[in-house]
Amino acid sequence: MSEVTVVTTAPVRAVNLFGRLRALIVPLLAVFTAVLIGSLFIVLTSVFTGTGASVGENLVKGVQTAGAAFSGLLNGAFGDSSGLTRTLVKTTPLIFSGLAVAFAFKGGLFNIGAQGQLAIGSVTSAWVGFAIRVDLGNPVLSAVVHVTLALLAGMLGGALWGAIPGLLKAYTGAHEVITTIMFNFIATNLIAWLLYAGSPGEGIPPGPLNDGNGVITRTPTIYPTAQLPVIYDPPGPQALHLGLFLALIAAIVILLVLTRTTFGFELRMVGLNPTAARYSGISVKRITVLTMIIAGALAGAAGAMQTLGVNYRYEPNQSLGLGFDAITVALLGANNPIGVILSAFLFGAMDAGATRMQFNSGVQSEIIVVIQALILMFVAAEEIIRTMYRIRGAGGPAQKLSTGWGQR
Amino acid sequence: MPSNEVVLEVIGVTKRFPGVLANHDVNLTLHKGEILALLGENGAGKSTLMNIIYGLYHADSGTIKLKGKEVHFASPREAIHSGIGMVHQHFQLIPVMTVAENVVLGEEVTDGAFLDRQEAARRVRALSEQYRLEVDPNAVIEELPVGVQQRVEIIKALYRDAEILILDEPTAVLTPQEVQELFKIMRDLAARGVSIIFITHKLKEVLAVAHRIVVMRDGEVVGTVLPEESTQESLAALMVGREVLLRVNKPPARPKEVVLEVENLSAYDDRGHHAVNNVSFVVRSGEVVGVAGVQGNGQTELVEVLTGLRPAAGGHVRINGKDLTNASPRAVTASGTGHVPEDRHRFGMVSSYTVAENLVLNVYYAPPYSTAPSLRQLPFVTVLYAALALGVFAILAVIWNALWKAALWPLVLGLHGIADVEAASRQEMAGPELFGMLALLVMALLFAYVAHRVATLIMGRLQPVIAPFLKRGGENGGVVLDHDRVDHNAVTLVKQFDIRTPSVTTTGGSLSGGNQQKMVVAREFGRRPRLLIAAQPTRGIDVGSIEFIHQQLVSQRDAGAAVLLVSAELDEIMALSDRIVVMYKGSVVATVNADSVTREQVGLLMAGASAEDVLGQVPAAVPALA
Amino acid sequence: MSGDVVSAVKTNRTTMSAMALIAVILVVAFLAAGAVGPAIVVAVINASIRGTVPIALGAMSGILSERSGIVNIGIEGMMLLAAYVGFMINVGLSSGGAPTALQAEPVRLILSILGGVLIGGLTGLLHALLSIRYKVDQIISGTVINTLALGLTGYFYLAGATTQGRLPPVISNPFKQDAGLLFWIGEIVFNKGLVTYLMVLVVITVTIALFRTPWGLRTRAIGEHPRAADTLGINVHRLQYTNLFFSGCAAGLAGVFLTLEAVGIFERGMTNGRGFIALAVMIFGKWHPLGAAAGALLFGFATALQGQLQFFNIQIPHQFVGMLPYLLTVIVLAGFVGRARPPAHVGKPYEVE
Repeated sequence: MSEVTVVTTAPVRAVNLFGRLRALIVPLLAVFTAVLIGSLFIVLTSVFTGTGASVGENLVKGVQTAGAAFSGLLNGAFGDSSGLTRTLVKTTPLIFSGLAVAFAFKGGLFNIGAQGQLAIGSVTSAWVGFAIRVDLGNPVLSAVVHVTLALLAGMLGGALWGAIPGLLKAYTGAHEVITTIMFNFIATNLIAWLLYAGSPGEGIPPGPLNDGNGVITRTPTIYPTAQLPVIYDPPGPQALHLGLFLALIAAIVILLVLTRTTFGFELRMVGLNPTAARYSGISVKRITVLTMIIAGALAGAAGAMQTLGVNYRYEPNQSLGLGFDAITVALLGANNPIGVILSAFLFGAMDAGATRMQFNSGVQSEIIVVIQALILMFVAAEEIIRTMYRIRGAGGPAQKLSTGWGQR
Repeated sequence: MPSNEVVLEVIGVTKRFPGVLANHDVNLTLHKGEILALLGENGAGKSTLMNIIYGLYHADSGTIKLKGKEVHFASPREAIHSGIGMVHQHFQLIPVMTVAENVVLGEEVTDGAFLDRQEAARRVRALSEQYRLEVDPNAVIEELPVGVQQRVEIIKALYRDAEILILDEPTAVLTPQEVQELFKIMRDLAARGVSIIFITHKLKEVLAVAHRIVVMRDGEVVGTVLPEESTQESLAALMVGREVLLRVNKPPARPKEVVLEVENLSAYDDRGHHAVNNVSFVVRSGEVVGVAGVQGNGQTELVEVLTGLRPAAGGHVRINGKDLTNASPRAVTASGTGHVPEDRHRFGMVSSYTVAENLVLNVYYAPPYSTAPSLRQLPFVTVLYAALALGVFAILAVIWNALWKAALWPLVLGLHGIADVEAASRQEMAGPELFGMLALLVMALLFAYVAHRVATLIMGRLQPVIAPFLKRGGENGGVVLDHDRVDHNAVTLVKQFDIRTPSVTTTGGSLSGGNQQKMVVAREFGRRPRLLIAAQPTRGIDVGSIEFIHQQLVSQRDAGAAVLLVSAELDEIMALSDRIVVMYKGSVVATVNADSVTREQVGLLMAGASAEDVLGQVPAAVPALA
Repeated sequence: MSGDVVSAVKTNRTTMSAMALIAVILVVAFLAAGAVGPAIVVAVINASIRGTVPIALGAMSGILSERSGIVNIGIEGMMLLAAYVGFMINVGLSSGGAPTALQAEPVRLILSILGGVLIGGLTGLLHALLSIRYKVDQIISGTVINTLALGLTGYFYLAGATTQGRLPPVISNPFKQDAGLLFWIGEIVFNKGLVTYLMVLVVITVTIALFRTPWGLRTRAIGEHPRAADTLGINVHRLQYTNLFFSGCAAGLAGVFLTLEAVGIFERGMTNGRGFIALAVMIFGKWHPLGAAAGALLFGFATALQGQLQFFNIQIPHQFVGMLPYLLTVIVLAGFVGRARPPAHVGKPYEVE
């Protein structure tokens, strides 16, 4: 009881740049270590399955392969303006979906369902994109209205898909980890039905949203008015669309909501201590549902980005794994919207470079998933990294989730 | 009487935790058949010392000798094997298992590879008969009263052949009568040669049962005394290190109008059992009404119903004449009620929120803390414009791109005499466009700055006009949280309630227990509530904080608040209350004037004795409701 | 009421509901048999059993872990890794390069099973290491395992790998000659691979061990109140490590069932959410092995419908039938989680003082 009572309000809120930079050390080392272990896998693969004459030769070859793989990865991601664009295009949905997971985390919910939410969002935005024709005379006005409508449709679809697990959690206590995963599978099946190409032989008609080509599971292309405008079009197949900026704006808005608004205060309280939230007069049920609706809407926007900005239609493989990468993105970014932007960029680069990597070195692109899992592990178990590199000082508070299974 | 045989010796034990010297050069001896009281307030280092003896902690230096032999316990298991048993303050019993299962856990009796339940039950029954500790081996723990649960804890130790029994604050949850029963058991055990270390901070009990008293303060032994030579006052001075006010200074109450009216209230507990039955009482402005009762007799549920945390199954709650039965916690708060919850970690605070945020935990939503978005929150506006700027940047980029493609680039090419615009674009557009993007970025930043300045001007004029539209109505309060107001409120309360914290932006969880409690009290008392509901307001905190909170309670009462005090500490109830409501098994068994009853009478009522038997034919002591 | 009676009643109630469920399925089966003929009914029942095995084993994995206080959402990943490793050992031993003694039928497949189960156990230990030693949130640790399994099995995936075959029936139907009921019952009881019978054995063993042995008492104790167990000298963390190893082994067995008994080959992501369904089944069974096994049967039936519905001439788009197990999981969770009482300390890390 001998502390001196000095009361101040200032020091913590002042931006401590050095402290912020120090906070980056562990995530960066986690990425580095994960890449190192990934390389080890590549080398070991070569040692055990290589065609060289001796183990030594295979070892050398393995090291070369790993080198080729990562230079291919970097080259594919940043090598030229086309690569950079690809990286930014891949970053865009990751920011949205990363936010979807991070926002839910802040509310104490583990949203593994971003995948399903964004798939539904892609389909609903595609539907508005191809089924509604917007012609208001003025082409610019038509485009603005149509894109906005399609984007909102995507967010609405995602929000709906997020709201169901939210409602189930709030009113029955069904744990969101399981329900959101189940809704991923349900979404997959639902979409498979919606887009089913049909089987004339068995007399099965095509699904309601199929483009009627008879073979491929996909929607018709959307009207040009529903396409997200291209803002940078380097040589090569990919063009940068407006989505990146929408994603950045979304991140800032989410940051503001979390830190500056009354709703954010309530949401974080529900995440940190639901019983105290109840005591303070917050409706935990309402916040739980709202959190999942907003998270779903963000994921839906991620899906809409792919439909309206990249593919101009929905194809089942366009967002494969995006929703799961989002979990790692959120955790790597410490559930902070700015952190999410940075880690989404990292993951976007990895995705963008993966094809070039596989092409240059013959390494299976799944190694990226392994590396991402390792990153997640090292970020979550900070202590491993701290011991490995002898970094002193305790880590920040670890992510805590609403564990246990019951209603809260 | 204890023999001279020394069974346990603690020599020069020191234990350091980060930032705290929990034990410093502690010496202690225990004789066979002795009841040794270890007296000290919370945080004096009693529990640390016991945990070292029990093998849960390891001493930094010093030795422990058991019957003359030096021992180093790596785990409780080794301590248990050496004949040391411990009954923890918070019972270490598994609620869903039976008495027998709890007793044999870790030292199971087996029949081949399988548990032998019959044998286990038989052994428990044998022990309970031998030591006269009545308990049914097949009863499930969660259905037993706390007094019986404590017996199970003692049997657990005896089952492991404990010769030394450590009892950590064993009386905290018992009625005075149960305490007497426990003392009888302790004397009985001592007479059979069991040595007992009795940890407590209650002076009366020490004097009643101990053979010898060791007093600890700030991690050190400050004295060893005999009960015959001590008084409560002398022990208190030794324990706290200064003279302590054993009685709260309290002028007589001047009750006025009824503030809280509880009428035939009933409620269920979490498991769906009746926890509150038909409870009725009133609390008036300017009086403290104490709710006495052994823990688990419905007090927790009663408070939760009153404060909107638990639905009522029947009856009415009126605060200031307004029916607030089954109202939301927020409506109860808004009616001018302050609530110090029983379990501050579960309800009263958010550990990783700052002290400032914790100090507005249930009023944050209303002005002045939450407001419509306003220019006073410049950071908010600035960042908002930054976001706007990014958006504008994007739109400009689109226009630039179209312009470049449609007009400028063909113009440049035209100057060079190139006709095939498409083909040339494919090859060379990257460079100039990247340059164009950079230029746009600069433009956007400039725009953000100008927009901010202009908007500051315009918003200043518009603020009064748009404010009503931005406000969320009624109970929901504002939209934007004003951190400056939150912090300033905290600075005032921290000073007023003497909360020891390095700053108001320190997290609440990093404060000491007493200061956390003062933080909760400051929030609830600082609003000058009409009704104050304080549940276990001083549980587990240091004497200094207890005195402070007691004074605050009385001064709130004198300022005209109606105070409902719920406490498991009968002494606290007796010291602070003007009237006492005694609860037993969810019902009010008596409502009495504090100065017309003795501590023993209240104790009997808490144990379920009828009001007629205890108070005689004096219904005069029970004032009518209204 | 005495405790023995209480737990006996609870156990009986679970067993009763399991029995009731089986009875209902049987009645439906007989009614259906009248309508569509016994061949189809037996096919549905066998498909149900195939669907049940991995989910029941996954649920046992969940029970072993959660009864010791650790949430295990990594069952999916453990299954997938084990499925892959079991398959690859089979592939390796099937190739010409392997010693002929190991290529022989029972040895090769038993080694494959053991390999898969072992890798499952090791993954369980990894989960324990992350959540106990490194205090990673148990749900995140489980996610790490799921992602890692997906990545590793995808990276090392060998397209077109072949084996000398999967697990043969332990006993083939001895009533081949008989017609009628005996033959059909034989078709259900026999003609199954080793893992199916092991599943039954595992369920019974877990039930007895959990409620009738000192290990079970201690395990339940650390799941309910680890501090109490600790003060009695039980090494909480060591027991958690051990149990997580067994939990992983059970998930591993579920995984090898897929590649060595049911499907015969490995495909990327072939577990398809079975690990999560197993968790729902565990909750449905109120953390009791028998209840969970009954729940698994229900889910096995739902998955079986997927492949067999066309026989019943019911016109539902197959995608909707595909949703059935997942929808059922959600409904079960929503309906049962509030009523069941999980181990009190599950999900909360226990720190020794």
